[in-house]
Amino acid sequence: MTITEQRTQTYGYAGLPHLMGLMTGDEKHGPAATSTLDVLWVLYDRVLRVGPESMGDPARDRFLLSKGHGPMAYYAVLAAKGFLPVDRLPGFGSYDSPLGHHPDRMLVPGAEIGSGSLGHGLPIAVGTALGLRAQGLGEPAVWTLVGDAELDEGSNHEAIAFAGPASLDRLHTVVVDNSSASYARPGGIAARFEVAGWSARTVDGRDHEALYAAFTAPHPGRPHVVVARVEPKSA
Amino acid sequence: MDSMRDRFAPVVTQLLDEDPRVAVVLAEVGADRFTEALRRHPDRVVNVGIREQLLVGAAAGMALTGLRPVVHTFASFLVERPFEQVKLDLGHQGVGAVLVSAAASFDWPAGGYTHMAPGDVALLDTLDGWTVHVPGHPDEADTLLRRAVAAGDDKVYVRLSLQSNPHGLPVDGERFRAVREGRAGVVVAVGPMLDAVLAATEGLDVTVLYATTVRPFDAPALRRATATAGTDVVLVEPYLAGTSTAAANDALADVPHRVLGLGVGRAELRRYGQFEEHVAAHGLDARSLRARITAFTAGPYRPGVTRARRDKARCGRRNPPPAPAATCDRDLATGH
Repeated sequence: MTITEQRTQTYGYAGLPHLMGLMTGDEKHGPAATSTLDVLWVLYDRVLRVGPESMGDPARDRFLLSKGHGPMAYYAVLAAKGFLPVDRLPGFGSYDSPLGHHPDRMLVPGAEIGSGSLGHGLPIAVGTALGLRAQGLGEPAVWTLVGDAELDEGSNHEAIAFAGPASLDRLHTVVVDNSSASYARPGGIAARFEVAGWSARTVDGRDHEALYAAFTAPHPGRPHVVVARVEPKSA
Repeated sequence: MDSMRDRFAPVVTQLLDEDPRVAVVLAEVGADRFTEALRRHPDRVVNVGIREQLLVGAAAGMALTGLRPVVHTFASFLVERPFEQVKLDLGHQGVGAVLVSAAASFDWPAGGYTHMAPGDVALLDTLDGWTVHVPGHPDEADTLLRRAVAAGDDKVYVRLSLQSNPHGLPVDGERFRAVREGRAGVVVAVGPMLDAVLAATEGLDVTVLYATTVRPFDAPALRRATATAGTDVVLVEPYLAGTSTAAANDALADVPHRVLGLGVGRAELRRYGQFEEHVAAHGLDARSLRARITAFTAGPYRPGVTRARRDKARCGRRNPPPAPAATCDRDLATGH
């Protein structure tokens, strides 16, 4: 089967387990991989205005995977949406594969950033929103996905504290909360954002309709965070 | 004379006016110098507050959208504190920016070690693909800032200092410049060290190269200079001693050579005062440099040079001299 033929094959949500099954060797990150699956699917299937053909379009929406750990769900969704040839999935993590256990934007079609070291995606997303605004591109949405434990990184707090008062209303963050932080965040995750001037929603991270509603909730003048709760990492 | 940093805001403000790609990212430091620029370009002059990780990360995000960010704060907070952002958010993402530092190795000694960054260039040396400009005069800073911003999407570091030579020279953002020619050694003076090096080598038969762009290192210029002046090379750098020693060794890898790296000592001096006092304490004033350059070029492998003469040239101190080397009449341990 050629790459072209594979790209014409469409995968729905039901096809994602098959695509993820093509990737082996990163079982350590298994829980991290599946925790993001539904969030990623709803974003790419229904929310983000970006596709393989529009990656060079300055006005495309941006999705920055900050939590680069366990990227199998990410690669599966990119493959399902045609950014990435499905036949690249089985080589996952090998020397000749563009798909590492942490993604590299220079190697992965559709990846806006390379990530793996925690706490980089949200500050870069802030800059992306600033850069688009400075060029008069008011429409594109900038999304970044972080983990609940990743929020421990101080760089995220610098970004959260800045984005609210800076009124970066095209900036969106999804926190996939699988209770993996060692210390619970006083007041909860959403409160940390709200006190900095963000719009916040907390939803069931497995409920596609709830995710969609939270992702598309209006938030005029403010950046928006969606806390997507999934089963605990240790469960 | 104005300082290099006095040129920074006016030059970059003009570039903001001329080029819609240019953006300035600040973390409070220097923000008061961009008040007018902020009024004219409210979306391209961004002050993120005292948040240096965000400073570099946000600049990277802006670069990803096609802008040319100019990022500024003190060197210790620009290169050292957010070093992983410099490494990953710029280098690993494949985007560039212009980092412009102030305060250099010890521009403000009264501020103490928290505001000193003699290791900045050595730290950037662990990364690939950075251009490093070290101007020695405000006019040179002016030129090199413009070249840095105009350098496509390159990763460029511009190191501004209060230490300055009395006269600027034409600089091209690439090459070393021969300012004196001799036959008994090559002395490479980096940026603000030129004036002291010229005074230190007065009457000595050495070639002096002036370097204001140290990365990439101008290996061809060093090789050309050694063709007539021999392969004894002294590097005089205003930052950590030995920062460019490996680059000089690589440039001369196929010929027998000796390299002496002079610069700021690794040991924390734990002194306040004026930068001139720190220059002297690190052995970088003209008198100390002359003694150290003479001792080296009259070095241990030359027939006819007695040990006593060498030791005299080294001010009677231990052999080899400790780093940072003290001047003859100034003892590091006591400071007087």
